[in-house]
Amino acid sequence: MSYLGSQLSPGVAGNQLWALIYILLIFAGVSVAVIAMNWLERKALAHFQVRLGPMRVGPHGLLQPFADALKLLLKEDIIPAEADQVVFWIAPLIGLLAAFTVYTVVPFGPSQAVSDMNIGILFMLGVSSLGVLGIVTAGWASNSHYPLIGALRSSAQMVSYEVAMGLAVVSAILMTSLNQSGTGTLSMIGIVQAQQEQHVWFVFKFFPLGLIAFVIFAIAMVAETNRAPFDLAEAESELTAGFHTEYSGLRWSLFMLAEYAAMIAVSSIAVTLWLGGWMHPFPNLLNGPAWEFIFSLFPALTFGGLAAVAFLGVARMPSHSFFRIQRIGLAVFAALLGLLALLLLVTAIAGRNADGSIAARFREGIDYVYWFVLKVAVFMYLFIWYRATWPRYRFDQLMKVGWKVMLPISLGVLIVTAVVGVIVK
Amino acid sequence: MTPVATPFFFYFLSALAIISGVLVITRRNAVHSALALIVTLLAVSGLYLMLYAPFVAGVQIIVYAGGIMVLFLFVIMLVNLERTVKEHQFNRIWPAGVLAAAALLGLFVSVYVKGKTLFPEGDIPLPEASNTQQIAVMLYGNYMFAFEIASLLLLVAILGAVIMAKKRI
Repeated sequence: MSYLGSQLSPGVAGNQLWALIYILLIFAGVSVAVIAMNWLERKALAHFQVRLGPMRVGPHGLLQPFADALKLLLKEDIIPAEADQVVFWIAPLIGLLAAFTVYTVVPFGPSQAVSDMNIGILFMLGVSSLGVLGIVTAGWASNSHYPLIGALRSSAQMVSYEVAMGLAVVSAILMTSLNQSGTGTLSMIGIVQAQQEQHVWFVFKFFPLGLIAFVIFAIAMVAETNRAPFDLAEAESELTAGFHTEYSGLRWSLFMLAEYAAMIAVSSIAVTLWLGGWMHPFPNLLNGPAWEFIFSLFPALTFGGLAAVAFLGVARMPSHSFFRIQRIGLAVFAALLGLLALLLLVTAIAGRNADGSIAARFREGIDYVYWFVLKVAVFMYLFIWYRATWPRYRFDQLMKVGWKVMLPISLGVLIVTAVVGVIVK
Repeated sequence: MTPVATPFFFYFLSALAIISGVLVITRRNAVHSALALIVTLLAVSGLYLMLYAPFVAGVQIIVYAGGIMVLFLFVIMLVNLERTVKEHQFNRIWPAGVLAAAALLGLFVSVYVKGKTLFPEGDIPLPEASNTQQIAVMLYGNYMFAFEIASLLLLVAILGAVIMAKKRI
């Protein structure tokens, strides 16, 4: 309990109990986010294509992810006879482990992280790059043509885009060293604090250098997570389902879980490095107690808005007895959202004075996590948007873009950033 | 900050590294060997962390486990494995290997026995919080020339690989 007053993340403070609590919270949060993302992706994609998407299970298909999960759990789990049993069994776990381990250093707030490492960003890049091993081993262990080709494509793609991604990250890290002491940092929390000190999000630093590096990272991270338009590893028109063709049931769902968790993880790298992490918009312009209070109302407003939309759905539902259960269910869901909004409102008002009390600390924590998650959520929506908008690359085009366009540009941006940084000093 | 370097972690990581290291050479299937090698590399990077060298640990994961091993697997998958499974796993000069291993073991034992006289006594400062920065100062300050030569060497190697692989440049 003594930890509550501290300003350190539990890993740095050496508090195992709170570290465990944070880990469980993040694990639950990410799992819920994956469920929500699953529903949102099907729904949003459908609306992009002027369809309705899932409508049957629950109001507006809200219970569809749970129905899917139940189906996947009950489905027969087939291991092909000629497959390499052990590796086939391990492969999805490698991907899942890599995707979830990186959350150790994701900075949801200045102390709202499991731990802070001196090598935070290196750790994130390294461990998330291990995820490809899951894909590669899955493709090989299936002992089948399509998965093997998918795995080969995926490993080539990952290695190519990692280079451009790494160089873009380095140019952001260079910017952290533009302070009094002249030393930069690799710590995720330190990177956000550097943006706080320099009064600028790195995406706007040395315009347009930061922006270019950010765009390169944003493209490379789509390729790293094997999402459209870079989803060559699972191109269904060419490879059936790519590396997970032979997987079914629970094991297949582990791949999906790992994919979405990895998407959230790389988005949080982008948010941390370029978009100011946990800071609310214009932190140096719109500060002071009044603005703080207004910004602290945003979480409550968001959930209030969601509750209003859900209530609208209840009102607009056809008044046929067939829809009665759905209507009640949606009303309960809306009421829960409204309750959450009310709770957040109470917290915002109770902790409005930044006097270091528990209520104020709690309110601050909610604000940090809210702004961080909101920025990540924008990226998650972009992932869906990309998928609906762009056709898939051809493999040679993919390689050409990676090596002949992204790599030179990111190298150039890195050099120019270094030169400008030296001049500015 | 309380140290996490408890003996349990040390023995666990060492055992993991040794067991998977043995698996690397005893598995007949090359992909299994490669996977065991990845486990070894990760265990070694854990040992680096325990030595308060986080930067080396991170680079170990990125370069070896994430980069080189993916390429290894990539190549192994393209090779026909069925022939390699039938071939002899160890060639006839294994006594020489045993001799070399025994010499290394002797060296380790002698270091362990004479450890007190070989290494300085007292607490060593653990620059965990500034490890990366100190490495940077060393690489770009004291050893700048060697560092640049090494990067030039790598560039030459890359160019050589391209020239050898590409028929028409």
